[in-house]
Amino acid sequence: MPMQAQEIEDLLRQTFPDAEIRVEGDDGVHMSALVVDESFRGKNRVQQQRAVYAALKGKMDGAQGELHALALTTRAPE
Amino acid sequence: MTDATSQIKETISASDVVLFMKGTKEMPQCGFSSRVAGVLNYMGVPYSDVNVLADETIRQGIKDFSDWPTIPQLYVKGEFVGGCDIITEMTLSGELDTLFEENGVTFDKDAADKIREANG
Repeated sequence: MPMQAQEIEDLLRQTFPDAEIRVEGDDGVHMSALVVDESFRGKNRVQQQRAVYAALKGKMDGAQGELHALALTTRAPE
Repeated sequence: MTDATSQIKETISASDVVLFMKGTKEMPQCGFSSRVAGVLNYMGVPYSDVNVLADETIRQGIKDFSDWPTIPQLYVKGEFVGGCDIITEMTLSGELDTLFEENGVTFDKDAADKIREANG
């Protein structure tokens, strides 16, 4: 079952309540997300993106993962 | 330690640059793997490719090992560098050049500059 952009945003919002979040894409399989959050400050990209994947609670896992690909951009606010 | 873990450790210590990918560097089988392999090929980086589609235990094992849910995954000197988005960003910012230089990995600097010119 593919995921809708709103569903992804809702999941991310639970972990990053104050973040700027933009989810784009409409096929539900190949999506992109921008997450700008204060909690990313001082963390490298791997640490930032691990936090995002953790927020998605396993939706990307395994061959049967609902999301095949989520192009991620993460950063701390300017 | 599981077999997959020890096999992965052996693989990433045997070569300076290792790309875990879907397909092979000659014939990638996913757009994201293709993009990263394409960058490394174009930059003339010597690297080992591991086709996760050929081995289900490695396919899941590398995700657990890196704590990273997607393929491709790039390792330099035994350290996880990132997936497709991170490698793309690092290529365009020049950080990948710096990482290779710091780790004594040979690559074609002119080719790296060409990628940046074409995507600038």
